[in-house]
Amino acid sequence: MHESQDRPAAGAVRGYRRDEPGTHPALDDEGYKSTRLRHPKQPLVYLPHTVTEVSGPQLGLERVTGELDHDLTRQHEGEPLGERIVVSGRVLDGDGRPIPDTLIEIWQANAAGRYLHKGDQHPAPLDPNFSGAGRCVTDAEGRYEFITIKPGAYPWGNHHNAWRPQHIHFSLLGQAFAQRLVTQMYFPGDPLFAYDPVYNSVRDPAGRARVVSRFDIERTRPDWALAYDFDIVLRGRESTPIEEER
Amino acid sequence: MSERLAVTPSQTVGPFFAIGLPWPEGPNAAAEDEPGALVVAGVLTDGEGHGIPDAVIETWQPDADGAFAERPGFRGFARVATRDDGSWAIRTVKPGRLAGPGGPDSAPAAPHIDVSVFCRGLLHRCVTRIYFADEEAANREDAVLASVPVDRRDTLLATPTDDGYRFDIHLQGHGETVFFDV
Repeated sequence: MHESQDRPAAGAVRGYRRDEPGTHPALDDEGYKSTRLRHPKQPLVYLPHTVTEVSGPQLGLERVTGELDHDLTRQHEGEPLGERIVVSGRVLDGDGRPIPDTLIEIWQANAAGRYLHKGDQHPAPLDPNFSGAGRCVTDAEGRYEFITIKPGAYPWGNHHNAWRPQHIHFSLLGQAFAQRLVTQMYFPGDPLFAYDPVYNSVRDPAGRARVVSRFDIERTRPDWALAYDFDIVLRGRESTPIEEER
Repeated sequence: MSERLAVTPSQTVGPFFAIGLPWPEGPNAAAEDEPGALVVAGVLTDGEGHGIPDAVIETWQPDADGAFAERPGFRGFARVATRDDGSWAIRTVKPGRLAGPGGPDSAPAAPHIDVSVFCRGLLHRCVTRIYFADEEAANREDAVLASVPVDRRDTLLATPTDDGYRFDIHLQGHGETVFFDV
């Protein structure tokens, strides 16, 4: 799309690689009704990566305030209802390098498919022992781990008989503004995949596979919890500016 | 070079991000007693001009001296959920000038704040920039502003108010804001 501009000028800031076309969903998605009035109709303007885009907030220590921020099953007096799970993985860049010390924030419905949110009208019970929000910071190898409850599927108003597949929302700041990503993690083999416009907004089947976690027998905790593995890949860096290659 | 990995696709924040993303100090890129602290406020609207109530706005910028380092009183990052009428506000300072995209030999960039918009109905964030209408001289030299069609440039200009600046964001429709391919 902007191939002629992909190469940074000599002396310019070293930016991040542009995503391959089709990596992300189109902003106007026919199946997902809410995009209709909420996508720009004018073409996007190419933004070179300046120091503003290659720097970024590093909020880890500030936002992760408690030892239990990553354990959504221990944030209340009692245990939440539902199937306890371990969700872990690594945050990497497009060159396979781990991204350490980066904040991951998650939010999700409870086991009955209900969010602790005033706007959620699904008539399923709230769980007094489950808030559905967690945070952690990746370690030196880019690894993270959450303990939580498998979220329930729930109906939504997009179309007749619309149900969201079970999913956990993930937010990553990365190391720079250009790497910022919000995504959703799904569970393998969900029968609702075929009917969900949000999941299918990623047109490339290989892309859809990247938002589905993998059942991980190695990390299951015997007599306690099943485990799912979910690696997240953020953009890698641009090639070195010409000036530095001499 | 190690193996190339494909990037994880973006997905919507959905309508219920508020249980995971906002926090009380989130809208403060700068503390109230930071010299030069001001409010940047606006409304986020959809293609019919209605305020978008289920959105989150994030901003990222250097401090008044053009430095990105976090320090007491200044974080540079703000995150705020829109209210029922689509309005939002952050506390920050006007950022200093930075090197331009062509490196140290090019014209410096005008003061600007990077903005991400997330909401139900957006499958991938929309990125825009806040520039300042009262920085005419700096704005004239700015390479990014110069790359924006002349008749749409004013959608990137925040206008002075009693306590700071106003910057409305129109995702679509009349006066659609310029969004960037970042």
